[in-house]
Amino acid sequence: MEILVTGVLLSGTYALIALGLTLQYGVARIMNLATGETLVAACFGAFWFFSALHINPVASLFLVAPIAFVVNWFIYALLLRPLVNRAKNRGMLEVDSILATFGLMFLFQGLMLLGFGGEYFSYSFLAEPFDIFGSPFGLNRVVAFVAAVVIAIALYVFLTHTRYGTAIRAVAVDPVSAGLVAINVARASAFAFALGGALTAAAGGLLSTFYTFNASMGVVFTMKALIIVIMGGVGDVRGAVLAALILGVAETTVASLIDPGLTLAATYFLFIVTLLFRPQGIYGKKQA
Amino acid sequence: MIRPGAHEIRMGVLAALGFAAIACLPLFDDGYYLSLAVNIVMYVALCTAWTLFSGPTHYISLATAAFFGIGTYTVGIGIETMPFGALLAIACVLSGFVAALVGLATLRLSGVYFVIFTLGLAELVRQVVTWVQTNFTTGIGLYVFTEFTEKHIFWMLLGLTAVIYLTGWAINRSRLGFAMRIIGNDETVAAHVGIDTARAKVLLFIVSGAFIGIIGAILAPRFAYIEPPSAFNPMISFQVVIMALLGGTRRLWGPLVGVIPFTIVFDAVSAQFPNHTSILMGLAFLAVVYLIPNGITGWIEALVAKLKGGEAAPARKTRWIA
Amino acid sequence: MNAALQLAGLPSSGTAPILTVEAARKVFGGLVAVNDLSFDVLPGELIGLIGPNGSGKTTMLNLISGALKPTAGTISLDDRRISGAPPHVIARSGIARTFQLVRVLPSLTVEENVIAGAVFGHMRLWGGDAKDFAHSLLARVGLVGRADMPTTALTYIDQKRLELARALAGDPRVLLLDEWLAGLNPSELQIGIELIGALREEGRTIVMVEHVMDAIRSLCDRCVVMNTGTKIAEGAVGDVLSDPEVIRAYLGDSDA
Repeated sequence: MEILVTGVLLSGTYALIALGLTLQYGVARIMNLATGETLVAACFGAFWFFSALHINPVASLFLVAPIAFVVNWFIYALLLRPLVNRAKNRGMLEVDSILATFGLMFLFQGLMLLGFGGEYFSYSFLAEPFDIFGSPFGLNRVVAFVAAVVIAIALYVFLTHTRYGTAIRAVAVDPVSAGLVAINVARASAFAFALGGALTAAAGGLLSTFYTFNASMGVVFTMKALIIVIMGGVGDVRGAVLAALILGVAETTVASLIDPGLTLAATYFLFIVTLLFRPQGIYGKKQA
Repeated sequence: MIRPGAHEIRMGVLAALGFAAIACLPLFDDGYYLSLAVNIVMYVALCTAWTLFSGPTHYISLATAAFFGIGTYTVGIGIETMPFGALLAIACVLSGFVAALVGLATLRLSGVYFVIFTLGLAELVRQVVTWVQTNFTTGIGLYVFTEFTEKHIFWMLLGLTAVIYLTGWAINRSRLGFAMRIIGNDETVAAHVGIDTARAKVLLFIVSGAFIGIIGAILAPRFAYIEPPSAFNPMISFQVVIMALLGGTRRLWGPLVGVIPFTIVFDAVSAQFPNHTSILMGLAFLAVVYLIPNGITGWIEALVAKLKGGEAAPARKTRWIA
Repeated sequence: MNAALQLAGLPSSGTAPILTVEAARKVFGGLVAVNDLSFDVLPGELIGLIGPNGSGKTTMLNLISGALKPTAGTISLDDRRISGAPPHVIARSGIARTFQLVRVLPSLTVEENVIAGAVFGHMRLWGGDAKDFAHSLLARVGLVGRADMPTTALTYIDQKRLELARALAGDPRVLLLDEWLAGLNPSELQIGIELIGALREEGRTIVMVEHVMDAIRSLCDRCVVMNTGTKIAEGAVGDVLSDPEVIRAYLGDSDA
């Protein structure tokens, strides 16, 4: 039971990262392999706001996320849109965007290493016990989970109940047809990419409250986010949330019952099962 | 099989002379330059083996570190009990086997899945090896004591590089090579002219992975002490990708053009500014995407075609001998 | 079942069909693109698969070539079931095709494009043999002297010819043409019709999806007419084209 609750609490943050990535890949068609670096940058951001300016990390989300939104908007507009424009087909764009975001990954990682060095960072925020089903859990983890749920629900409502959200979903389904019904596909893609970055940054801000982080750990989270997105089905919000839950619980189970050093192996096992039996994802439709 | 033409025989002789000349290097220096030369030959071998698969298929493989580490570990575990030659063979078979498994699981799907899968593969193998070692054996590290010095490693790598080039050349002239060119052009057409596209890709990935495993095995005596983090260093995967792409993957010798300058620059930067290597890698990736998408060789070819007279160079003609 | 279908649907020529389509069905989500379609093709026959746009003709062709797997039903070549097999297996068993939007291999030369069709099929030609065969096919489709050109230097009709040569290079038992004549100007169309006619004279078995009525009238032995995934008529070209239901499918219902 304790394992289950820990896993579920962790999965809230995972879900946010994966939602960010699924927006970027599903709508803007960019497989962003620098997504982990956005997350780590947000960790450092929240850390700095907390330690230098004494701003509560939950409150600083309202600073970190908008900054990430703007930065990601510029990344898309300046670096990635030229790739979208020059690509003759989906495959070319995929290769180009993978290589370009690898470049960004190394660049951001290098800059953060310069700025903060390779040491591990953490800070103490709401590090007090909170009882769930009779067992104590870190209050910061609970707060992070609740915040993640609120953000995820807000995203879901935005995508399904607003005009612009519907337009974004239309671009995800078919960019050409979306263009034909007067949706500005280029703008919707940029917006989705930026929004995805903001979500990932929000996840980073929340993660930093209970997780020890360093400048070069981004790629691990990129892996996890990618696997969640593929498990859930690319572009599928419900799938991403469910897959994040599965991954969070599976990881905690393996870490506490077998060996903490095997969490990635557990993730990979889920990944292989998905690839072999349901490559389109939990909710994904079979490709024709 | 097609018999080689006069032009190819000439090139072959030149290449053989070139290899012979390079093989003399340890006679002149066995310090810094030999060490740098080992690095360069290692990356030439790795990048060429990588290009065997990733060049024609356009799948970006990040599995290099995994195969390399499997090779290194094979030697580390077996060096006390088995001759080195046998270990090279085992390394070859083991990494080929892992390549087959990975290929069968991912190569039926789109390229993104493959990249993601291989991205974490080295880390996965590292975790498993570490776990096995801490729980079932006495210690984490392995010592590799051999008679081999730097120049022996250099010669072995050089010999292997020659084998990789010959294999690549043979594949290019075979049905498999022709099938890969068709797949690279249009996979749907490839399937409809009777090519088993999945089998062709897996086969090539096995060849590529097996070579990388042997390279890792040859390098093991150089490390002397082997630990999971150093044997399965994910940076190797990325360095191989960037060097091969910098050089250009359309020609078998393309990666060579990228490896030499990049290895020298990277060596210099990591010696002088160790904190800037990530930034260098990042800039190199961005340069490949935005400035020279076909690599240095592709860029030179385009330049030569332009100088020759405005028009685009006609498609390369394969030499079919009647 | 098979025997009954043959008795019902075929002229009593006595020869066994080379290609049999039995209740083939393809469903995309909620859309039934091909609805339990059955027809036979006799050796040496040229069958036209016709119908209004969106009636499922190309999907039917994709089911035969293996580009798509049928949801239900059986397709057999010489009594060997091919439905459900991957496209390369179907290609090797003797089915070649051209594509609705012409698909040449851009970075290969004209000659290599043709050789591509001969290397991996049942002929498995290679080296000089493949080259000679490719040259004879290039001559056959009217591309003499273009062997070493890049494909980008070819006009649209020449690219179509090239694709046809590639399909013929596999020496297929059944050749599938997907709107091979579409997009040609009147004089090119005449050349194209003559070329397909000559292939029929050679004894090739051909299934062609086509909209060009002149071509259908002058070339086809029989026609299968589809509308919204279902077969609405089958038989000699003249009979089929005067069938009221076929006219209604193409022109709409004037009585409504």
